[in-house]
Amino acid sequence: MTTPADTQWELYEVFHQKARGEHHVHVGAVHASSPAMALVLAKEQYARRLACVNLWVVRARDITASDYADADMFEHATDKSYREAFGYRVVKKVRGIEARGEHEAES
Amino acid sequence: MYGTTTFTHVTDPLAGEDPAKLAEFEARIGRGEKIEPQDWMPREYRRQLIRMIEQHAHSEIMGALPEGKWIPHAPGFRRKLALVAKVQDEVGHAQLLYRAAETLGKSREQMIDDLLSGKSKYSNVFNYPTPTWADTAVIAWLIDAGAIINQNTNAQGSYGPYCRALKRICYEESFHLKYGYDSVVTLAAGTARQRAMLQDALNRWWRPIMHFHGPPDKVSAHTEILMRWKVKIKSNDAMRQEFLDQYVPKIWALGLSVPDPALRKDPATGLWEYSDPDWDEFKRVINGDGPCNRERLAVRRLAHEDGAWVRAALSRPA
Repeated sequence: MTTPADTQWELYEVFHQKARGEHHVHVGAVHASSPAMALVLAKEQYARRLACVNLWVVRARDITASDYADADMFEHATDKSYREAFGYRVVKKVRGIEARGEHEAES
Repeated sequence: MYGTTTFTHVTDPLAGEDPAKLAEFEARIGRGEKIEPQDWMPREYRRQLIRMIEQHAHSEIMGALPEGKWIPHAPGFRRKLALVAKVQDEVGHAQLLYRAAETLGKSREQMIDDLLSGKSKYSNVFNYPTPTWADTAVIAWLIDAGAIINQNTNAQGSYGPYCRALKRICYEESFHLKYGYDSVVTLAAGTARQRAMLQDALNRWWRPIMHFHGPPDKVSAHTEILMRWKVKIKSNDAMRQEFLDQYVPKIWALGLSVPDPALRKDPATGLWEYSDPDWDEFKRVINGDGPCNRERLAVRRLAHEDGAWVRAALSRPA
């Protein structure tokens, strides 16, 4: 008996949410012939144990992704430290003011 | 669960590769970065990973068979539930691994076809029989223990999808190990007959267990490349030593004996010594001539053929 030829079902990426309010996190993928079937398989495969309140399945072909080869597009052309908390040395300035204040009080 | 693969030797694995791309690829691995499916990779890297992950996936579904056979006969309802869960996990692991292998360009169907035709291999240990309940306990404890050592090691590899699958798998295997240990300890603490059944099972399984991590690696330029690419992380012997170090004391602590009079830890080197586990038998079984190879593949083939109508029906959703 020959093995009947299968069809490679479409790929769905699976996103798992462990509690309301948390992000959905990508956990893997399943092959399925419909989104409803993908959900059933995703539950069996990715929600057998740990807490889960919600699953997303997304057709892999519907995902548009950037290319790792273009990772330099995330590099900053100029210094962007003004966007960051660490870009501001406030405490140092406050110490300066305090030191001056103490000096004035002493004189 | 899974046993270590052996790697075939090719004359020049790097023939025709772009040296600049290769250098960049190796530098990335050197920095500890993971390789993702869309990244450039040497042909030999892809070929070895497909082989290795596919073999691992096959081992998971084939590994479900020797234990699955005991589900209807499990002693007690709780153990039956646990065994069903373990077998379901193994099949789930196969799914995760087939998916990881697919990202390298071989379809799941091709892999299943190659398994059924005998072209692809799976772990040797699943070609041995499980005549008693104690055999399933020994598998769940010690084969899974060996698999965890192997999988934790491979999880440090360089291919992202494989590492991510292995992390999930190792988490689930920890239940298998604990369940297996509990089953073994229950028998060890039982009647004289139960203890004898357990000792017999351990005697039967010791050689396959010693085979589990594969024969000693040949030192070759090729192995060196696989190590540099983090396809292979530790030598088979290193993993076997790790296994013996962790589990032989636990086996002895249960009052069981290991059927190898030469087994001892050399206090000077810290390494375990053991008798030759008969690597000719290992090769014979890998090449299809083990006690259960034909039976296992026949069951797998039957399951695949019997399931064809289900897959056909599911292909046409309402």
